[in-house]
Amino acid sequence: MNDTETVAMPVETPGLVDFPREKLTKKAITADHPTWCPGCGDFAVLASYYKVLEKRQVDHEKIVTLAGIGCSSRFPYFVNGYGAHFIHGRGVPLASGVSLSRPDLKVFLFGGDGDGFSIGGNHLDHGARKNINLTYVIMDNFVYGLTKKQTSPTSPIGFKSKTDPQGAVDQPVIAMKKLVASGATFIARTHAAQVNHMIQMIERAMDHQGFSVIECLSECVEFYPGAFDPANPRKGGSFELIQEKKWDGTAEDEMRHDVTDELAAYKLAMLPFPGVFGVFYQSDRPTKNALEKRWVDQSREKIGQASDLDILQKTFDRMK
Amino acid sequence: MGDPVNPDVTAVQRAELPNGERAATQTPERADLRPESIQDAVIRLAGNSQDGIQTAGAFLARLAGRSDQEVMTYMTIPATISGGPSIFQVRIGSGEVLSPGDEADFLVAFYQHSYQDHVSFLKEGGVLLYDSDNVEPNLEDKRYVYVGVPVTGLTVEALGGTAKDKGKNIFVLGLIAKIFHLDVEKLVALIKEKFGGKDESIVNTAIMAFTAGYAYPVGNLLSKLYQFEKIEKSGGRAQITMDGNQALAYGLIAAGVRFGAGYPITPWSSVMEILRRELPKYGGTFVQAEDELASVSIALGFSLAGYLPVTGSAGPGISLKTEAIGWASMAEMPLIVVNVQRGGPSTGLPTNVEQSDLYQAIFGGHGDSPRVVLAAKTVEDCFYIAIEAGRIARKYSTPVFILSDGSLATRIEAFDEPNLAELMQEAKPDLTPRETHKPYALERTTHHLAPGTRIRDGKYPLLSGLEHDEMGHPTGSPKMHMAMTAKRRNKLRELAKELPLPDVYGHDEGDVLLVGWGSTYGPIHDAVKQLRSRGEKVSAIHLRHLHPLPDGLENIFARFKSIVVIEMNDQGVYGFGQLATVLRARFCEPKIQSLTKTDGLTFRVKEILNGLGQAHSPNGSKSNGASVTPEPSSPTRAAASVSAERDHAMDNTPNQPGTEAILASSGTNESRDTEKER
Repeated sequence: MNDTETVAMPVETPGLVDFPREKLTKKAITADHPTWCPGCGDFAVLASYYKVLEKRQVDHEKIVTLAGIGCSSRFPYFVNGYGAHFIHGRGVPLASGVSLSRPDLKVFLFGGDGDGFSIGGNHLDHGARKNINLTYVIMDNFVYGLTKKQTSPTSPIGFKSKTDPQGAVDQPVIAMKKLVASGATFIARTHAAQVNHMIQMIERAMDHQGFSVIECLSECVEFYPGAFDPANPRKGGSFELIQEKKWDGTAEDEMRHDVTDELAAYKLAMLPFPGVFGVFYQSDRPTKNALEKRWVDQSREKIGQASDLDILQKTFDRMK
Repeated sequence: MGDPVNPDVTAVQRAELPNGERAATQTPERADLRPESIQDAVIRLAGNSQDGIQTAGAFLARLAGRSDQEVMTYMTIPATISGGPSIFQVRIGSGEVLSPGDEADFLVAFYQHSYQDHVSFLKEGGVLLYDSDNVEPNLEDKRYVYVGVPVTGLTVEALGGTAKDKGKNIFVLGLIAKIFHLDVEKLVALIKEKFGGKDESIVNTAIMAFTAGYAYPVGNLLSKLYQFEKIEKSGGRAQITMDGNQALAYGLIAAGVRFGAGYPITPWSSVMEILRRELPKYGGTFVQAEDELASVSIALGFSLAGYLPVTGSAGPGISLKTEAIGWASMAEMPLIVVNVQRGGPSTGLPTNVEQSDLYQAIFGGHGDSPRVVLAAKTVEDCFYIAIEAGRIARKYSTPVFILSDGSLATRIEAFDEPNLAELMQEAKPDLTPRETHKPYALERTTHHLAPGTRIRDGKYPLLSGLEHDEMGHPTGSPKMHMAMTAKRRNKLRELAKELPLPDVYGHDEGDVLLVGWGSTYGPIHDAVKQLRSRGEKVSAIHLRHLHPLPDGLENIFARFKSIVVIEMNDQGVYGFGQLATVLRARFCEPKIQSLTKTDGLTFRVKEILNGLGQAHSPNGSKSNGASVTPEPSSPTRAAASVSAERDHAMDNTPNQPGTEAILASSGTNESRDTEKER
């Protein structure tokens, strides 16, 4: 991570007990055996996450894995690394606090559609708007699984659940429309059955400076089996990838998607299910981390080398 | 004034206008006016909020602070966004000033309504200084001394037509400076400092208004001028002057807080405004969150990252943070939560004072969720309580509440400059690598490692809201839940053991012990002073640590025949205020009684004296516990219901629920008069 891009408090450098760094392996970052149901899509997301961390050899102690509440939010327990299992819906602000104060860390947030689009919907919008530097993977299964089959904000109309025995009647949140409108600066969509694509998306999200968010369709085999078959070629569906512009001046390129075009991203988001997959939108708007850091730098420039004690003393001197 | 020890010291006496006085000249130094020496004066400025009377009052307060005088101010804030009647009261003393004063020695009335609403606050023989362009007082009422000055006209004259009547406040400041023989040089310096950052012409205008006021021949109208006695200070530390929210914000910085998050709400907002402005200088930041839920969660993110964070609000906002505070108890996170209390429940009385969030602070949560609750007793203590909160949050890895209130938040006091070199705390997380780490080890108090800390055995910790084992991983084991619940509770027991007992004000044994917490410190101690001067065996303690309570309080209680807990909240279903209930539950002590009120205003000394009169007969024995059972006819009940008679107090105050957040975010510090009944 580029330190100049983020707000920073100087952090103590490692001191006395230092020891050699070993290669980060999948074994090293594996913790408890997941409690998910056999066949759950979330296993594949976890495996992709391990893969990315291993491939990129992220410093073990700098990996921070966070989550709210839900089946998918059990995620941090299955990762051996710093992390937290927080409360329902507030993962984005928790992750924001870590990101804003510690530019040296890699902050990942995992959650489900209830966490991200229902109870935490407002936080998603504001984290995105502020463009806080973190990566957020929303494992969308269109159902509340942990509480055993209630309607979720992304459940389609007609979906029969314990809270909608006659079929869901409320207009669902269209995840990609909400994300494009939120102001997030990296927005992608993937599918838990497409591991290579998922890895690519997580890597690109991680490399992005700013609020990077991925909707990952992840099937709940217990309460909504078959929900994503239309997006799974192995089950007769189609997994159509977004063709991004290569800016090569060719005629085909005219037809390709410009990821910096918000309106084009919104149009992709409006495609009927199963829609398309890949990067919908990416822009390089300054992060809140960078903007806060700039203010810190400007303040420090005026103050010079004064210690914290000197600064507070000077303030008190003015109040005499 | 109302100084109980020297009841004869009167700041201002009835003016006699002796013939010996002649018209004042335009020069500030008049040899013929012999100022009378005084120790203490209560000056109330009454006008409309846009007149800048807070600014004028604050100058007086800061001047007093620079002159080594004790000072305490009092103001009420309107819930309206702009305009409306408002007051600012300054009490300046050469001795100890404990409370803002029940009555004024000197009332400045800018408008007819200011005069009408506040003249009853003027003590007999007090001086009414009024703007004769706007006010027609009842001169037949011979209890007061009348000094009419055409303030509006003279201000316009002094400043020229374009200023309209802006600057009246500074003109009046000049008049007051003359009457009280204040240090003009220091005042002018303060004015320059205050307006110095702005346009040059603003400073010049202010100085012109001040000079015009100062030069006005007020000696023609007033037989005496006054001068505060000079008291040589022994301590040697300079005085600083600030309000409670400032003291709290700077206390947090001294405590090592570099990151925080909040959402605007009166009367908390100015804490976050100061931190938002100041923290970048220290390499930190304060985040204005989208809501209270996010603000506490962001703060917990800072905590997870290894910093000691703050979040804060008033009661309604704290309610919203409650779930996350439960997580902080469970995950054992250092966190400071500030609650600047106001009248509740719901939007309640957003700009008034109440101490009705004590239960919320101690008990407001799901499950058994231990947390620490502290309360600041004075403006000065707002600074120190923040440092204490930081110490406890770190040492015991726990959420710590700081209770302040609307009166401390806006009150300006002068106090000895803190010794920052001794007090400043380290802010940075320690990332020194470790051999191994168990975050929730049963045998010791939790201390988390910040991410970025390498651990040689490769086992990294997890912070969990689920009941967890020693590594932070979830467990449903009944034994483990019992052990972890005990672990979280026992650290508070450890804390209770190390807490100092509060000092007993007065003798350490006697008939009645008054127990207070929070901003009632001044009036309670003033009341004790008065009662003791009459020979009554009354003492007081003031609790800063409300949860856990310090061990050994029972030994203090044992030395008094009765205990009266004085607080600004409701007597509740069973006839006891919130702290009284907690103390009764803790000590099973039937002699604990309760004196409460709910009019949204700070305690007046008189109210405490009257309430005690009803609560017990000072010379009779109150040692029989049976007599204070809370039956409607019992003395306790009578004491507790002091508030009921005053409930009409708020009837005609213009409350506009919903506007307080806007008020707060615009940084306005306006005043409202809520005291029409007196």
